[in-house]
Amino acid sequence: MAYILQQAVNALQLGSIYALIALGYNMVYGVLSLVNFAHGDVFMIGAFIAFFASTLLKLSFVPTMLFSMFGCALLGVAIERIAYRPLRRAPKLSVVITALGVGLFMENMVLGIIGPWRKSLPPLLPEHVFNVGEVRISSLQLIIIGVSIALMAILEFIVGKTKQGIAMRAISFDRFTVPLMGVPENQIISLTFAIGSALAAAGALLFSLAYPLIEPTMGMMVGWKAFIAAVLGGIGSVRGAMAGAFLLGLIEIAAGATFPSRLRDLIAFAIVWIILMIRPTGLFGVARREAV
Amino acid sequence: MPLLQIRNLTHWFGGLRAVHNFHENLEEGELVGLIGPNGAGKTTIFNLISGIYRPTEGEIIFNGTNIVGLRPHQISSMGIGRTFQKLRLWNDLTVLDNVKIAQHSRIGYGLSEAVLRIGRYHKEEREIEERSYELLRILGIDKYADQRVKHLAYGDQRRVEIARALALEPKLLLLDEPTAGMGTAEMMRMMELIERIKEEFKLTIILIEHRMKVIMNLCERIKCIDFGAIIAEGTPDEIKENPRVIKAYLGEEAAF
Amino acid sequence: MKKYYLPLALVGLFILLTGASLLGLLTSYIQMVLMLMGINIILTVSLNLVNGYMGEFSVGHAAFMSLGAYTSAFITTRLIPHLLWGEPLFPVGKLLYTFDVAAHIEGPIWYLVFPLTLLAGGAVAALAGLLVAIPSFRVRGDYLAIITLAVNYIVMNFFANLEPLGGSRGITGIPGFTSVPIVLIWTVISLWAIHNFIYSTYGKGVMAIREDEVAAEAMTVDTRRVKVMAFCISSFFAGIGGGLLAHLLLYINPASFSILRSIEPLVMVYLGGMGSISGSILGAIVLTGLIEALRPLRVWKWAVISLILIILMIFRREGIMGGREFWFLKPKREVEYAPASD
Repeated sequence: MAYILQQAVNALQLGSIYALIALGYNMVYGVLSLVNFAHGDVFMIGAFIAFFASTLLKLSFVPTMLFSMFGCALLGVAIERIAYRPLRRAPKLSVVITALGVGLFMENMVLGIIGPWRKSLPPLLPEHVFNVGEVRISSLQLIIIGVSIALMAILEFIVGKTKQGIAMRAISFDRFTVPLMGVPENQIISLTFAIGSALAAAGALLFSLAYPLIEPTMGMMVGWKAFIAAVLGGIGSVRGAMAGAFLLGLIEIAAGATFPSRLRDLIAFAIVWIILMIRPTGLFGVARREAV
Repeated sequence: MPLLQIRNLTHWFGGLRAVHNFHENLEEGELVGLIGPNGAGKTTIFNLISGIYRPTEGEIIFNGTNIVGLRPHQISSMGIGRTFQKLRLWNDLTVLDNVKIAQHSRIGYGLSEAVLRIGRYHKEEREIEERSYELLRILGIDKYADQRVKHLAYGDQRRVEIARALALEPKLLLLDEPTAGMGTAEMMRMMELIERIKEEFKLTIILIEHRMKVIMNLCERIKCIDFGAIIAEGTPDEIKENPRVIKAYLGEEAAF
Repeated sequence: MKKYYLPLALVGLFILLTGASLLGLLTSYIQMVLMLMGINIILTVSLNLVNGYMGEFSVGHAAFMSLGAYTSAFITTRLIPHLLWGEPLFPVGKLLYTFDVAAHIEGPIWYLVFPLTLLAGGAVAALAGLLVAIPSFRVRGDYLAIITLAVNYIVMNFFANLEPLGGSRGITGIPGFTSVPIVLIWTVISLWAIHNFIYSTYGKGVMAIREDEVAAEAMTVDTRRVKVMAFCISSFFAGIGGGLLAHLLLYINPASFSILRSIEPLVMVYLGGMGSISGSILGAIVLTGLIEALRPLRVWKWAVISLILIILMIFRREGIMGGREFWFLKPKREVEYAPASD
């Protein structure tokens, strides 16, 4: 029993991080119907920014997080402006491929400039271990889960209650008519990218504290997984991103706990395949009914 | 035996009942019209017949066989062809290809013969091509054979859709608003075309139309639908005077 | 006479390249590049079947390559030595086990056996194509892309965990059966087969599905059957390409078939133009050449390539050929016809 609870905590931790990244995918898909394949690499750059902020600028936890969130927000907005906006009216496929290209480009630029590098973040947070019954929870885990939930709550508020958030949701329903109603399309889209990228940066910082290894290819693995989480939950839905992320975290931890750990990824992806076969649009995805 | 028998056809989309107890006994050679206000469920009925949706309840019997639950390609292979309300042509393909592909289920050669270009391949492809050209010629669009469909004028695109539907050698043809978006002259040409192909290919036709002139002139019998249910049925003259029909189209006051 | 231009040209090319490589006129580096180009053509044109002609977005092509590679490598490095010389089938526990097949080769029997191993690899890959084909009955577009992604990871992880086949260390000591004339032959076979398939009326059903699947079903096209055909043919040839690659690189491991490996043919497809076999040929040749030419840049190579991809999408997204074919690859008419109406 305690073992299960322990693993549940681990799953929450992993899921929280996936959620922060998956949200970026879903929000962008919502407004642009675009799978932003560059998002995983934005996450990677967020980790690097955090590294530089904490080692060169010697910032502490909160300033580091804010700094890298801000940096990634700028990066996300820049990417949208330079690579995606010219293709706003182009067939969807072209933008998807461009996104792929942007991601590859960033990854290889970093590989080229910094080299095959592996570093860790300095310990920005004090380490305590709490014992609740037989379950060991570290303060790091609590912070990860807590910060993630806080950020998600803020996001819920923005998307649900603010004018900009409502505009984002409106555009996700009808990209062409909503701007005709006076909604500043470009601004809202830029804002969406900014928020999504900022969340990814937060996720990167937390990830790097939990699994302390920063390297240029980290965006690939984690990015693709977060993407799968986004799809599991239903791409385009904010709630879906969160649900899918925690689900994937759960699947991974459960698979890792019940099977030999080297089979973990295999089992996890196989389960993903099965879920998508049964419910192709994900848990919360709305199957867009095609008019015949 | 009637060519098409529909009994108790009812279909729900979630909580919305789109078709309610539709029934029909269609004899061979008839040309029946299906009218009703927008959203009445006419296209849904076509979609149910052609198998795109599986009806929640009811029977559809074509040529003695119950076709409910069959997939659209099976139903169309059995001899039910259709056109769509909003054109659904294969835009980037040529006119000729559009008509050829509709003969897909009639292809007798297998994969290896296709890849190796042996056996029945050439003979069948020749037949398919000849048949396609013939149809295009009958419909007056053979000069566009090698053009991509998206480049054609609207009226000609409608003709391609009809040629395509004819290519699968249907006994029953479902035409969904074939004159939509056409001016008077084009409409008249389409009407004449419909009569001609009915004669030439011995077709039974169900026609959805909004334009009364087309319906009244072409159809021997008309069914009027509203909210998914039949509200009137009869000859053109009977339908014209029917107060329920008038009410459905024009509202309460106009019925009087 | 015009009918024979193409076969004659191909025979001429075959004689030229084979002669040049036998006479030692081509350095082994150039030969390697030529063989890579040929293999990449096979991979690109098979991916184009799914991504271009059927309009999907598969990012898992490497999965099928790896299945072909592993299957054919298993046969040549394990199965045949086992059958002929009693070597152990699954040398687990021997860390760097390599049976020097090359030293034991005798005679032209291998020229008969090698194609068979490639076909076996292709068959296994084709079977795996069902892992993507069946989901495609219900799912299109972005969601299917995820499934292809998942399949790629599943297959990669599967091999990484398969200790009898070397686990994450992979298979070493693969005999170098791949040669320039063999690659040329297989390239021509693949191009010819896929061309004949896609431009027959039966194969055109694939494009109908891309343009409008609902209409295709309503016009007697059995979309499920056609999808299975397309996916399985595509993965079959990916498997062939993988087998050829295995016997060229002499060493394969799961990591060499990751997503990045799937992206290479993807870029080639879009570079050459979707739905065009000529485009796939060009795209493969150009990008392979580019990768080699940029090799001195090492890591920056991919940065340049991805930049090219982005610019391509913004300025010429239909690719080099824009969906058109070279004259000798255009689908031919069966009937001569003069339009009557005017």
